Amino acid sequence: MSDRDKSHDTAHAHGPDHSELSEMQVRVRALETILTEKGYVDPAALDRIVETFETEIGPHNGARIVARAWVDPAFKKALLEDATAAANTLGHVSPVGSHLIAVENTPETHNLVVCTLCSCYPWEVLGLPPVWYKSAPYRSRAVIDPKGVLAELGVTLPETTRVRVWDSTAETRFLVVPMRPAGTEGWSEERLAGLVTRDSMIGTGLAKAP
Amino acid sequence: MTNSIHDMGGMHGFGPVVVEENEPPFHAAWEGRVFALQRAMGFTGLWTIDAGRASLETLPPLDYLGSSYYRRWFLGLEKRLLQHGLVDAAELAAGHSARPGRRLNRTLGLADVERVKTRGHFERPAPRPARFKPGDRVRAKNINPPTHTRLPRYARGKLGTVEAVRGCHVFPDSAALGHGDNPQWLYTVVFANRELWGEAADPGVTVSIDAFEPYLDPA
Repeated sequence: MSDRDKSHDTAHAHGPDHSELSEMQVRVRALETILTEKGYVDPAALDRIVETFETEIGPHNGARIVARAWVDPAFKKALLEDATAAANTLGHVSPVGSHLIAVENTPETHNLVVCTLCSCYPWEVLGLPPVWYKSAPYRSRAVIDPKGVLAELGVTLPETTRVRVWDSTAETRFLVVPMRPAGTEGWSEERLAGLVTRDSMIGTGLAKAP
Repeated sequence: MTNSIHDMGGMHGFGPVVVEENEPPFHAAWEGRVFALQRAMGFTGLWTIDAGRASLETLPPLDYLGSSYYRRWFLGLEKRLLQHGLVDAAELAAGHSARPGRRLNRTLGLADVERVKTRGHFERPAPRPARFKPGDRVRAKNINPPTHTRLPRYARGKLGTVEAVRGCHVFPDSAALGHGDNPQWLYTVVFANRELWGEAADPGVTVSIDAFEPYLDPA
């Protein structure tokens, strides 16, 4: 078993059993073979898709968008008005498709994103979602007990902060703009981006303290 | 299906949220292949994203809950391929194609990968003006269609407020059935926590869904 297969077991410690692995390797290989033989898929294109989502598309894209919003009020305003358009003005971020909506955390409101019905997630800015985001515990609880989920994930908010949960039930996608940590005055955009975690852009975390 | 196991919002008993540190995008090579196969076959345009979701929702509940995420995707893809006659059960069992493939309108080549990096565009020209505006009070309909819908159970029958109009979009309930785009206005509707979960709920929480106009009545 490879190391990656072992980590799969760890991730699913509460889920499907070990025999799924070998079964799925065989079944997926069979399906890919059939679809390739029929000319429906091109294995080289499949390789490229996997590579793209393993290396190119990830939360570093979202972090750059948030860092720019922290240092550039005009960009932040544009981002909150039309996140797709604003993100696509940043040449160094890979392209963002339609209907991205940025929501800003403030001392008054903390935003949390979930998809109770499936796994909707802003891939282009955060990459593919982690297993927990797609899991039954998160999907079931985020809407009925968001503060409990946040506490479990180590996020405690001031009593006066309201929580707003965004259930991604349509083709709109949500990116949380976390609050800029104190003590980062004068920091460069690049350095700030290092504080913007994936979870802070889902709302299940905060930006890192400097 | 509408009232099936995928509609999890508000259920109890699934336990804590378990986070894996430094999680890779794919945990085994086959997961990446399933992801890529899904993208590639989606590119053929033979089915909509909504039909794809419906195929997962109609998995038997025990299969749905007992499968990892990408196994679910695989089972849904296999089901769609069989339904569309693109593969047959004997081929799946043998692991090889027994006959030449059909001619498809398009297939995904290496040069097309750039195009599946970004999401599709689901906004459509509006056939009529929006019925609601921000600030309007609305009640989510109590509907229980036996087919695909994106109105979660926990919001049905509940009173909310339109916060934003998001444009006119492909209506999933129609698109999943192959009935075309049937564009409908889309709204962000906010619900008070106590409206959703009762008097014991924390008043410091609100929950929004993005709801298509046919899901809403004026209130």
